Amino acid sequence: MGKGKKIVCRCEDITEEEVIEAIHMGYTDMESLKRFLGFATGPCQGRTCIPHVLRILARETGKTLDELGVTTARPPAVPIPMRFFAGEVDVIEETREEATNTQTDEKTKL
Amino acid sequence: MKHKAEVVVIGGGINGLGIAYNLAKMGVTDVVVLEQKYIGWGASGRNPGGVRQQWNTKENIILARESVKIFEHLSQELNYNILFRQRGYLILAFTEEEVEEYKKNVKLQNSLGVPSRLVTPEKAKEIVPTIDETKILAATYCPTDGVLFPYALFHGYENAAKRLGVQIYTFTKATGINVENGKIKSVMTNHGEIQTNKVVNAAGGFSSEVAKLAGVELPNRPYRREIMVTEPLEIIIEPMVISFHHGLYVTQSMRGEIIGGIGNPNEKPGFNIRSTADFPVRFAKALVDIMPNVRYVSMLRQWAGVYDVTPDARPILGEVDEVEGFYQANGFSGHGVMISAIVDKLIAELIVTGKTSIPIDSLNLRRFKEQELSKEGMVV
Repeated sequence: MGKGKKIVCRCEDITEEEVIEAIHMGYTDMESLKRFLGFATGPCQGRTCIPHVLRILARETGKTLDELGVTTARPPAVPIPMRFFAGEVDVIEETREEATNTQTDEKTKL
Repeated sequence: MKHKAEVVVIGGGINGLGIAYNLAKMGVTDVVVLEQKYIGWGASGRNPGGVRQQWNTKENIILARESVKIFEHLSQELNYNILFRQRGYLILAFTEEEVEEYKKNVKLQNSLGVPSRLVTPEKAKEIVPTIDETKILAATYCPTDGVLFPYALFHGYENAAKRLGVQIYTFTKATGINVENGKIKSVMTNHGEIQTNKVVNAAGGFSSEVAKLAGVELPNRPYRREIMVTEPLEIIIEPMVISFHHGLYVTQSMRGEIIGGIGNPNEKPGFNIRSTADFPVRFAKALVDIMPNVRYVSMLRQWAGVYDVTPDARPILGEVDEVEGFYQANGFSGHGVMISAIVDKLIAELIVTGKTSIPIDSLNLRRFKEQELSKEGMVV
């Protein structure tokens, strides 16, 4: 990364210049732009980059934010370890144990 | 918008753009591609990019083998890196029946020049150390299979086709196909009419609907398939790993995300690309069974696409008998990307010269009326 470059997507290291170049190549809607550049697909899932890209796209195309919209939000809202989905017993027991311990502590306090 | 074109391709996915590119490369540049949304909106932008030659029908093995040969140099040809890396496909066998079946498949694949082989559980663990090898009886491995980046493939075709003069109209939906005396006359769109005598139906999950516009009935039906990626991590899964036993496939992208999916035998036909809460549960349970250590990796994102499925799980290719000038390149049943490179070339050959350098007659629509179907059984 050279000096003075504006990073709009920190997960994928995408600069403002790259966004503008892609828009001028014809990727003028958020979904196409996402697929061409890869923003909104890293660990932040678009929380950081989407507002920046949207603002740049609105400026370059003269369209309003409402007209442009945002990319489809994908579940889960936050990263979740596979073992939770897999419903592993030790995870459930760990959680249950934690809950029980908390309750005991509270009772002791009372 | 153009009002006349030599060929109109319906579908701006990998196969539609690949056919347009191959036509232009053969000198037919008066080509229009219609895409109802944006490039790669359908299955082309929703799949993991697997390229596998390990099939159990001769046609699929040959089409995949020839596609691999093209993918090996396509980045240079398109001047666009499609990120094709040949790290192989590892297919796990959990039962004696699977071992016997895969032995037969390997024999057929080897007879057609595909270097697949049966490997022991220990060898499979050497290839993918994260596998629990105690659960499997054997595996098959083909080192020249691989994975490419589908977005890069359709962007590569898109840009190369445009350079050669192909017109690509996004957010333009084909709403009608005019047929007179059994011949194509024009295509209607939401932005006007295009006079043409040749139409290619490369509409993936919408191919049956598109065929109906010309009065042709296709047996394809779309079925939802869900997929997910995890946070990026060090590469622990080099090849694409498949378990037909679980209905699961999984690999790792070049930036380290684990990417995979699992089928749902209860899925109903219909165009549905919504995500379900059921999918990550089924996927995680199966994956943890095969690769226990993956339990600690976090899932980042899930989405869905559709397979365009035919009754024999093989594609429908070529001109239909009912309407002159109406070509099909659909019904890929979940392997449209991996055989696209050669299929797109063959469809272009058929349109330009009337013949193909590899026979595809056995994949014509008419097979569903005439012969006994030979079903592709290796669909995950």
